[in-house]
Amino acid sequence: MNPDDALMPRLPIGDWIDAGIDWLKDNVSWLFDLFTTVMNFLVGNLTDLLLLAPALVMVVVFAAIALLVRSWKLSLATLIGFAIVLSMEQWETMMQTMALVLVATVFAVVIAVPLGILAAVSSTVSAIVKPVMDFMQTMPAFVYLIPAVTFFSIGVVPGIFSTIIFALPPGVRMTELGIRQVDGETVEAGEAFGATRGQILRGIQLPLAIPTIMAGVNQVIMLSLSMAVVAGMVGADGLGKEVVQAISTQNLPLGVEAGLGVVVLAVYLDRLTAALGSPGEYRGSLIALAQRTIAQRATTTI
Amino acid sequence: MTPVISAEGLYKIFGRRPQRGVRELRSGRTREDLREQGLTAAVIDASFSVDPGEIFVVMGLSGSGKSTLIRMVNGLLPATDGELRIGDEVLSRMTPAQIREVRRRRISMVFQNFALLPHRTVGENAAYGLEVSGMNRSEREKKAKEALEMVGLKGWDSYRPSALSGGMQQRVGLARALAAGTDVMLMDEAFSALDPLIRRDMQDQLVELQQRLEKTILFITHDLNEAMRIGDRIAMMRDGRIVQVGTSEEILNEPANDYVAKFIQDVDRTRVLLAGAIMEQPPETLGAGQGPRTAHKLLRETQNSWLVVLERDRTPAGVLWQDDVAEAVRLGREELPWSDRHDMPVVRHDTPVAELFGKSAQHDSPLVVVDDEGRFAGVIPRVTLLTALGTMGADAPADGDPAVPPPEAPDTPDGADAPAALTADDSRGGDAR
Repeated sequence: MNPDDALMPRLPIGDWIDAGIDWLKDNVSWLFDLFTTVMNFLVGNLTDLLLLAPALVMVVVFAAIALLVRSWKLSLATLIGFAIVLSMEQWETMMQTMALVLVATVFAVVIAVPLGILAAVSSTVSAIVKPVMDFMQTMPAFVYLIPAVTFFSIGVVPGIFSTIIFALPPGVRMTELGIRQVDGETVEAGEAFGATRGQILRGIQLPLAIPTIMAGVNQVIMLSLSMAVVAGMVGADGLGKEVVQAISTQNLPLGVEAGLGVVVLAVYLDRLTAALGSPGEYRGSLIALAQRTIAQRATTTI
Repeated sequence: MTPVISAEGLYKIFGRRPQRGVRELRSGRTREDLREQGLTAAVIDASFSVDPGEIFVVMGLSGSGKSTLIRMVNGLLPATDGELRIGDEVLSRMTPAQIREVRRRRISMVFQNFALLPHRTVGENAAYGLEVSGMNRSEREKKAKEALEMVGLKGWDSYRPSALSGGMQQRVGLARALAAGTDVMLMDEAFSALDPLIRRDMQDQLVELQQRLEKTILFITHDLNEAMRIGDRIAMMRDGRIVQVGTSEEILNEPANDYVAKFIQDVDRTRVLLAGAIMEQPPETLGAGQGPRTAHKLLRETQNSWLVVLERDRTPAGVLWQDDVAEAVRLGREELPWSDRHDMPVVRHDTPVAELFGKSAQHDSPLVVVDDEGRFAGVIPRVTLLTALGTMGADAPADGDPAVPPPEAPDTPDGADAPAALTADDSRGGDAR
């Protein structure tokens, strides 16, 4: 027996949490059921949508989106990368993972951005949110899976649940940072001309914080993707499940192919959202081209 | 005439429980005493009033509290104590909504670093104040266009601020304040971030716009030359207190204390002092109807070599010289002997001294100073001009209080010493004002 045991009583923190989780399961199970229904509906339909058209058509569509938002280079890379995934027969699993990531990201952003705004406006909220975010981000991601399975049994829903929790913090942090770092004099200018707090937030702070917020969204997507693989452990369909299966059967070819699928998806989503955050930097995109043409027409008419 | 802005015993103290600081300052504690308690006294017992259509400049070094003061005028910073009125309304008794209304309708502001919105076009920036107060798009665009035209930015509406130079960006800032249509404009170091030549342009343009639109302007600066150039009246601030309020001439000629005196020694006074301030009265003048004998008598009595002759309505007719008068008397002439060698240089009383040197050098005659109606007001002989210049350099108090920190060097090339100022001004000619 450890001699320290006499001095330090055992704190059954784990048991307390377990009791709390049990209580939640018994009393607010309707909430979990609702969440399960909504998530199953969203991820299921989005996956179906992504798989609706023939895969080759979808590859072209994704390449076109890349051209629209960023550049012909990303467009070309998308074409090649996605074609490889298709030929590895990981297309369906990649679309499942993409659906999971997109749904989780949307929910994480919908929660994170307002929370970040609140934290930027109120120092009290900021002081509370900060340690909670630290906790959420440093707690090993696998741990979330345990209560998630208790709540939602296995499948895609516990995966989404833990993904949202894990991916939330950078969204909140970057939103708060983005708003707080808006030049004080510019905000003062809004006040000096009689703008209300809401007008300052909507007209000055949020627009100027957009690049930073988008960097946060980019981080959210990246974390979602890394978590989506972990979600494979609890039975969420997708590339993650392939990886888990490859580990348990020591199947190197399958592991490598599924892993490559994750890499291709990650690079695609990362470059795309980075370009969305700072459109001015990508002058080769179709959007920028269109804007320039419009601007040129406007100046020539003057 | 009711003042547009009037402040009575205004205090602004930062820190916990600032009211305590006000009480302690009133009971004679100093700013330093408060600092030890963790309180910063930014503005202490400031009282002033700004009349309609006036450019009132608050001048002080960084940390003197001038930026805090201007932010109290539109309520960006609430006063810790004291009363601030905008017209008849007391700012401290207003609700936040009422203060916003005052900012929309009565007071606009121009910022040191322009504070434009980079994601909006120049036109949208200029229309910002109107947009905030809920004016519809077409109307506010029209007003913004007018304001941009006023500041010389016609046709730049659709550009982003980042495409403009610093001077042009500040013109947008100015247009934004003008478009808001308020009668009061606050300008917080509005030209300090601009380079000297552009700053000068902007100063001239501001004075011109002010004369045209009759805005009331509260202008903050750390540059005394700027203050003297554009200010109708100047409030000198130091360590949170207003140490003197007066016109630029009052401050130059009667500095309230050593601090102000030390400050103004760096000013190029020849640009601020006007001919009327240094002119003197000749011992005698001659009516144009008189003859050479009277002239001769007056010249002998006054021991002068010249005599100013005035018409009946006291406009100057010319200057007579001793030699010519003596010659005329010897020859027994009846008409006044106008010299063909010397003509008469006439200057208005509000000509800056800097512009007198050139004229004085071209003529032997004293400069004849006239008032607004063209009537004789006084003379400035060359000796007087040089003496005035000499005292400008010399009377700067070298024996000032050693505790007074030396003021920042002025950013104009004009030196404080007389010969340097003279050459600098001569080479530049009459570009001022």
